[in-house]
Amino acid sequence: MSFLPKPKLHHPKLPVNELGFTRRDYEGAISTLCAGCGHDSISAAIIQACWELSIEPHRVAKMSGIGCSSKTPDYFLGASHGFNSVHGRMPSVLTGANLANRELLYLGVSGDGDSASIGFGQFAHSIRRAVNMTYIVENNGVYGLTKGQFSATSDKGSKAKKGNVNTDEAIDLAGIALQLGATYVARSFSGDKAQLVPLIKGALRHPGPAFIDCISPCVAFNNHEGSTKSYDFVREHNEAMNQLDVILGRETITADYAPGEVREVTQHDGSILRLRKLHEEYDPTDRVAAMHHLHERKAAGEIVTGLLFIDPDPQDLHEHLGTVELPLNRLNDAALVPGAAALEKINAALR
Amino acid sequence: MKPTDIRNPDTFHKVVDCQWACPAHTPVPDYIRLIAAGRYGDAYMVNWHSNVFPGILGRTCDRPCEPACRRGRVEEEPVAICRLKRVAADNKADIRARLTPIPSQKNGKRVACIGAGPASLTVARDLAPLGYEVHVFDGEKQGGGFIRSQIPRFRLPAEVIDEEVGYITDRGGVVTHYGQRVESLRALLDAGYDAVFVGSGAPRGRDLDVPGRKEAAANIHIGIDWLSSVSFGHVKEVGRRVIVLGGGNTAMDCCRSARRLGGEQVTVVVRSGFEEMKASPWEKEDAMREGIPILNYLVPKQVLHEAGRLTGMVFETVRAEYDAKGRRQLVPSGEPDVTIEADEVLVAIGQENAFPWIERDIGLEFDRWGLPVLDAVTHQSSIPDVFFGGDAAFGPKNIIWAVAHGHAAAISIDLHCRGEDVRNRPPQGMQLISQKMGIHEWSYDNDVSLDLRYKVPHAAEEVALRDITLEVELGYDRELAFKEAQRCLNCDVQTVFSANLCIECDACVDICPTDCITFTPNGEEQELRGRLKAPALNLDQPLYVADGLKTGRVMVKDEDVCLHCGMCAERCPTGAWDMQQFLLEAAKAPRPTPALAAE
Repeated sequence: MSFLPKPKLHHPKLPVNELGFTRRDYEGAISTLCAGCGHDSISAAIIQACWELSIEPHRVAKMSGIGCSSKTPDYFLGASHGFNSVHGRMPSVLTGANLANRELLYLGVSGDGDSASIGFGQFAHSIRRAVNMTYIVENNGVYGLTKGQFSATSDKGSKAKKGNVNTDEAIDLAGIALQLGATYVARSFSGDKAQLVPLIKGALRHPGPAFIDCISPCVAFNNHEGSTKSYDFVREHNEAMNQLDVILGRETITADYAPGEVREVTQHDGSILRLRKLHEEYDPTDRVAAMHHLHERKAAGEIVTGLLFIDPDPQDLHEHLGTVELPLNRLNDAALVPGAAALEKINAALR
Repeated sequence: MKPTDIRNPDTFHKVVDCQWACPAHTPVPDYIRLIAAGRYGDAYMVNWHSNVFPGILGRTCDRPCEPACRRGRVEEEPVAICRLKRVAADNKADIRARLTPIPSQKNGKRVACIGAGPASLTVARDLAPLGYEVHVFDGEKQGGGFIRSQIPRFRLPAEVIDEEVGYITDRGGVVTHYGQRVESLRALLDAGYDAVFVGSGAPRGRDLDVPGRKEAAANIHIGIDWLSSVSFGHVKEVGRRVIVLGGGNTAMDCCRSARRLGGEQVTVVVRSGFEEMKASPWEKEDAMREGIPILNYLVPKQVLHEAGRLTGMVFETVRAEYDAKGRRQLVPSGEPDVTIEADEVLVAIGQENAFPWIERDIGLEFDRWGLPVLDAVTHQSSIPDVFFGGDAAFGPKNIIWAVAHGHAAAISIDLHCRGEDVRNRPPQGMQLISQKMGIHEWSYDNDVSLDLRYKVPHAAEEVALRDITLEVELGYDRELAFKEAQRCLNCDVQTVFSANLCIECDACVDICPTDCITFTPNGEEQELRGRLKAPALNLDQPLYVADGLKTGRVMVKDEDVCLHCGMCAERCPTGAWDMQQFLLEAAKAPRPTPALAAE
């Protein structure tokens, strides 16, 4: 942890995005997490992704619960909206905010304790309701704030810092998200920004429930021999399915790929998700196959990363409910008080 | 790329841009921190060991350090290094007891120094503590050389010269022969000195050769001669309208002196463009602030005179043309000639070396430009006993170069007198001292100030222009000095990386405010520079490369715009980054003592 703020001076050649902002303009306060925490790398990746997408900071609402991970929204997007909710309750607060105003980009940041234990139900229901959001779990497999107990995502058989072995089965949040209908599911690693930044960009542009399970080593309590969420273990067992590039608008395509090597998915807003296949057989638009592959490779001791599943034609909660398009705070009296005739019509429909 | 050898003193020395650029390698950040701490005497001593004349240089140095200063690459202006040096000199207590002691037991060797300017005095300063008996000869009645005769008193008060020359000449070991111009090198060599150092400067001002020059000679003066006449009180006034020819610092001193001696319309005229003038930018600014116009692209054509009295000058208007090789030529622009009326003309168009007192048959070789043939490192001439330094060695430079020459020559003279090979130079050493005091506490102030450069207060113009002895720059007061000192980025506190401790968590990459650090597969330098987190386009600044990481990648740090804020080290979970102060142990005779006593 540092007492001093990060110096304001920056590289003189720091580029600006379409809005005229530098990457530094997307930063927040300096992190108070332990030095070397994977979460800080994820914050940096979010900053990079938002800068590259030229997102207006005031169009983002960042939501979190409780825990080391849930502190991180303070460390990025200092000019965005934020809500630090009760432990495990981020998904309902985010759902409510989204229902009230669908025009913002919703970024939920949570941890394995917040989403796989106390907030497991909230996590599950926000996914199955198909809230349009980017939901990132900074997954370190340990309760870092309370000094290193196993969390619900600790792998069975993995060792705690003092040597005791976890006997409980782990919750695979990416697997659950797939099962419950998330339309964009990815897994990544805080130590691999080349993979993580495009995945966050893709998620932010995805018009449906996008979930990223990001393994994020806890340097203080879960970065030892025997841990399955340490920097070394994840690097050794990482099996990337694909490498994503998010292409906006009329960007020229520079790279050349052999036929069959690349798969492109065009989203509603015209952005293109280009997937360079790293595993030939893997089809990221087949939900059942993705779930099967995830289980199979886990049994083989691998950590499958990359864009695991994408639904090119997703629907979200607003479409399901047929809600009004305008944010509630912009509805005028005529819309809010439709009058006796309208009431009569509703009543008649219910008789 | 090959991993960087951080045990080579040059590696980290280069990162301290100011120190690297200083000919005398003054440890600038070190003394700036001492100024910030209010330890002015300590700051002065750090300077004194390196550059011998902190009070003088703090007012007059050509400051090669400032264009090199890293601060100038991350914001608008460099740290005011030169004027901070003056703060140390102005505010110190009595430091005489801390000067290197002069032994009463002499080593029996006698060295003659010709000229009492900065080069000779540096030789004396370095050799006297080793037991040498140094004899300094100068034609003037006081020491200082050009420092005293050329630099006007409104820029450098006499007391400052007296004090700092006195620290060398008044403590034993040095015998001064003032008022005694050396007229024959042969005679001096015959006097049996063990070594002779020639620090006689470049005493001849270049003259003007245009029609009318001879006829109006009474009102035309060579700049450096005129300045020294002013300095010694022989000239007390000047005509109402003065033309100063030339674009160097001497011209700036001439015009500003003329302004103070009654010159109401003082005009500087230069052949070349304003931008190409040799004068330091701040000296040009100071002149213009005093109401002196600088006219450029005007070549002297004729001196106008009436009845033996100068009335003005005619100039031809030119423009610059560049040939295919980029060489500049001044060609007539076709515009009409410019006539400037004047009562006096000061010619400051350059200086030359002159050695009329060196016999050409004693074996001392000169090159075709009339400069002595010297070894560039040892300063030894073709006569093994004779060494050169300062302007006398390689042509006109400045005080800080003269000091550097003096140090180098002193090492040579010491080796020579001990019968050793002068090419066998003592090695440079270095120390790296960790600044870590706690998880996020350092023994240097790593909070980066965002302040812009502070201006040095000046005396009011109406007062300053009335008195040629009134120092026009007032210097920073302690409060301003503290704020300016805080702008220093502490570039001597190095980021030292230990690959064996690194777990490649990216914490340093993420926190670095200036995107200096990248972990990436190795490659050739040129290609590698292009794919760093921020492309490393400043080729003058080295990359720091370390291998031995678990993933097989390398750590590459572009030193160019590192703020030395220590954030990488604060955010590093394993201590793979450490902030360590680099102390250069410069080869010098005698070696300075880096340890500092508190005041």
